[in-house]
Amino acid sequence: MAVAAVKEYNFPPADTVDKFHGAQLLYIGWEDHLMFCAPFAFPFPPTMRFGDILVGVLPGVYGYHPDFAQIDWAKAEWFKSGKPWQPDVEKSLAENGLKHKDVIRFRTPGLTGIKGSCS
Amino acid sequence: MSNVFIALQTNEDTRQIIEAIVQDNPHAVVNEQPAMVKIDAEGKLVVRRETIEELIGRSYDLQELQVNLITMSGNLDQTDDEMILYWNA
Amino acid sequence: MDMQVAKKKLGLKERYAVMTRGLDWTPSYQKMEDIYPYMAYEGIKIHDWDKWEDPFRLTMDAYWKYQSEKERKLYSVLDAYIQSNGHLNVTDARYLNTVKLFVSGISPLEYVAHRGFAHAGRQFPGPGPRVACLMQSLDEIRHAQTQIHAVSNYNKYYNGMHDFHHAHDRVWFLSVPKSFFDDAITAGPFEFMVAIGFSFEYVLTNLLFVPFVSGAAYNGDMGTMTFGFSAQSDEARHMTLGLEVIKFILQQDPANVPIVQRWIDKWTWRGYRVLTLVAMMMDYMLPKRTMSWKEAWEVYFEQNGGALFKDLARYGITIPKCTEHIALEKDHLSHQAWSTFYNYAAATNFHTWMPDADEMEWLSAKYPESYDKYYRPRMEFWREEAAKGNRFYNKTLPMLCQTCQIPLVFTEPGDPTKICYREVDYKEDKYHFCSDHCKKIFEDEPEKYVQAWLPVHQIYQGNCFPEGTDPTVEGFDPLAAVIKYYHLEFGRDNLDFEGSEDQKNFAEWRGQATKNA
Repeated sequence: MAVAAVKEYNFPPADTVDKFHGAQLLYIGWEDHLMFCAPFAFPFPPTMRFGDILVGVLPGVYGYHPDFAQIDWAKAEWFKSGKPWQPDVEKSLAENGLKHKDVIRFRTPGLTGIKGSCS
Repeated sequence: MSNVFIALQTNEDTRQIIEAIVQDNPHAVVNEQPAMVKIDAEGKLVVRRETIEELIGRSYDLQELQVNLITMSGNLDQTDDEMILYWNA
Repeated sequence: MDMQVAKKKLGLKERYAVMTRGLDWTPSYQKMEDIYPYMAYEGIKIHDWDKWEDPFRLTMDAYWKYQSEKERKLYSVLDAYIQSNGHLNVTDARYLNTVKLFVSGISPLEYVAHRGFAHAGRQFPGPGPRVACLMQSLDEIRHAQTQIHAVSNYNKYYNGMHDFHHAHDRVWFLSVPKSFFDDAITAGPFEFMVAIGFSFEYVLTNLLFVPFVSGAAYNGDMGTMTFGFSAQSDEARHMTLGLEVIKFILQQDPANVPIVQRWIDKWTWRGYRVLTLVAMMMDYMLPKRTMSWKEAWEVYFEQNGGALFKDLARYGITIPKCTEHIALEKDHLSHQAWSTFYNYAAATNFHTWMPDADEMEWLSAKYPESYDKYYRPRMEFWREEAAKGNRFYNKTLPMLCQTCQIPLVFTEPGDPTKICYREVDYKEDKYHFCSDHCKKIFEDEPEKYVQAWLPVHQIYQGNCFPEGTDPTVEGFDPLAAVIKYYHLEFGRDNLDFEGSEDQKNFAEWRGQATKNA
């Protein structure tokens, strides 16, 4: 369905990748840890190594949570757009098939938040 | 039948208006809340000018109610003599 | 000597007929569609504008009379309140944060509503609706003005309100109410009337004003209570107009029914999402609570809205489907919202805090199904950490919903442990949503919502720093630059209530008011 309009209605989208100065948006969520109220939005260059997110970015973002230090990344389960997905930490975002505004989540089996409340 | 309601500010203007509403609508339930009074009634509620006039001892224009009205619910029909709130179903 | 014979006064119905009918003329040398260019494109068919009637039968002469009386009452109370240093009588200084939220989130909407109704009134060819829209347009600008006047007194003493309109157009969470109203005024006049006149005023406004104003009264805030009630006294008329609009449009042509139904579905959901702010205000921000959000929702939506939609069934209108989803959220909404603002307290124009032990007891009593199980653990953890000097501040920007612009903080309907994610591929890009309802609204009019000014994306595009900022310099602090762009002062307008300047000043001034220094 189209917008009801008195004349031609055609405007550019506000968030195309060309507007992010060489970066692309990636959204990341940590399942069962809702103390972080929402998934995060990051502007990353597509050439960034996926493993650098785990080592260089996530500790600053999620480190406040007592569960974070206990994560065994080898056991983490990943999802892209809600479907199981396996990233290669050695490869770049682009080589992992991640495009502008993709959303990925990870689950850390055994870790279920403050007192098991998924917080 | 569902409830209609009217809510008025709690003040000296509305004290007798509420009394009049209760007099004319025996099925109405008065619910006092911080700074306001909510009156619920099943199906229909009538605010009558004459009853208010008897209680306040002067002539009254039902549109004066606007000054102290907070909210209401239901279909409305207002004339010189009555303000009626009602549901059809 | 001539006897003076009192002229018979016109009855209400006659006066209304005289003052709202036959005021216009049929154009002879201009086409109707050129004079009223927005009447056809939304697909609504109107055959007889005279069928529109205001059941209050309010005419302009009576309107001025009662409105001026309301203004006189309001300003005499405000004067007395200000002269007696009434601000020191509020329950405690945490309360003031609801006023900040109100003036930056709601008052600017009153002004936009003023413009919206002026526009709708101009576009409708019938004099009945024109008069009703004129009155509402005047009401709305009165609300904006009286609210700003009333709150300006608080602004002399407390932080976060000093540039509320600048904030409204920029601050991340204020894009939620702003984009809601921008969406409405950029729609056609009929959709605007269904959106604001009906869905917001009739179905939802009770949830905004009644708890807010009653809450102000309960917390000793006579200033807010008075402007609130003064505004609210106009709302009964707005609600009545909203209901009459719907009935009128539906009666005019059966082809209008599906269009109106889609608008009701859309705007009930849009309005409900904005009320997230009210939910957390009621359950967390009022030091003395009047009722819980859940109770207010049950009284004002489930009972009252239920009655309304039963009444509208005769026209073929059904209760919006989203109400099933909302029923599942009512145990969770306020807790998820307050957690969000606690997370992002470094980027707001008001303070947040964790409830104390008594308040947590109240929350578990009001929310026995959800509070202790899902929310108490995180809040106790936050409180303990804050006591150790390790207050949680989330400084990474969140993912936002493309439609309502709220971060993706809401959980799956029926599963409060899982964030609800929805997405759509449209043309070259992906778009994300907090719910099926926001996704559906996007899918109905994607060309409109792809233009959304999402604060997080705007920050990452570099559009939310003060002019001349160079984000490439060594040690650039984006949050500090964004706070400057918002015209907020870090450490004064934002962060936790505990330790804030508001807290300190209020305690000191209240002490002066009760003791001889």
